[in-house]
Amino acid sequence: MGHELRIRIKTLVMILAMVVCANTGDLLLKRGMTQIGAVEISVAGLRHALFATVTSGTIWIGIVFLIGFMTSYMTVLSWADYSYVMPVGAFGYATLTLFAVTFLHEAVSPRRWVGVILICVGVLLVSQTRPRTTEVAVREVAA
Amino acid sequence: MIRVALLLGVLILGTTGGEIAITLGMKATGEPARLRPRELLAFLWRALRNGWFWAGVPLMALSFYALLVLLSWQPVSFVIPASALSYVVGTLGAKYILREDVGPARWIGVVLVCAGVALVAAG
Repeated sequence: MGHELRIRIKTLVMILAMVVCANTGDLLLKRGMTQIGAVEISVAGLRHALFATVTSGTIWIGIVFLIGFMTSYMTVLSWADYSYVMPVGAFGYATLTLFAVTFLHEAVSPRRWVGVILICVGVLLVSQTRPRTTEVAVREVAA
Repeated sequence: MIRVALLLGVLILGTTGGEIAITLGMKATGEPARLRPRELLAFLWRALRNGWFWAGVPLMALSFYALLVLLSWQPVSFVIPASALSYVVGTLGAKYILREDVGPARWIGVVLVCAGVALVAAG
């Protein structure tokens, strides 16, 4: 496999991991906080919310996914261009809309669909460009 | 109106500045030779000891705070689409600070993504 192709595949796989982790993490946090219920702004209410949050399995799994997002984001930026990762990562907005329609049966306005199409075309255009245009050092782990 | 514009500036420049600082930190850390758990952990440890990384974190915290304040002043349907401008500002930062080669295809893609995110967020 060519060097350029290898970098392109590695970058796209890592951005996919970023988007999946961010979307899953956000949905789990949303589900966890919905299970806890509306937080009452008082000392007793905040204490109850804090206890419910740190003992919620759903919230912890959500946090693990968000750590996964940060790890894949930092890793991909160690070799790929910021101006490549940032716009291509926006396809998360498009997948989130598709999730909302398929699984949550939400109604989506025509304006939002136009937005999804613009994002998809933009992501396709950027993903055709070279993922890395600057020199990057490769570090071996010291034995 | 002026304070909204100023805070929007803080939000966009904070996000972009934070992400560019983190990118500088990750480029200085260097690419991991292999994506195996041991190497990834060593790589993350090196990244956390980089000054650029810790310069980025408070900038991102500042932009998050600006977002919270803006949301208390303006509707979400204005704040989030307006913050999509950070795609364009971020690309300018990538070109002039990170010295990335941003050609016409990438520029057109970024502008389309920026408009698309604004429309999706406006609902």
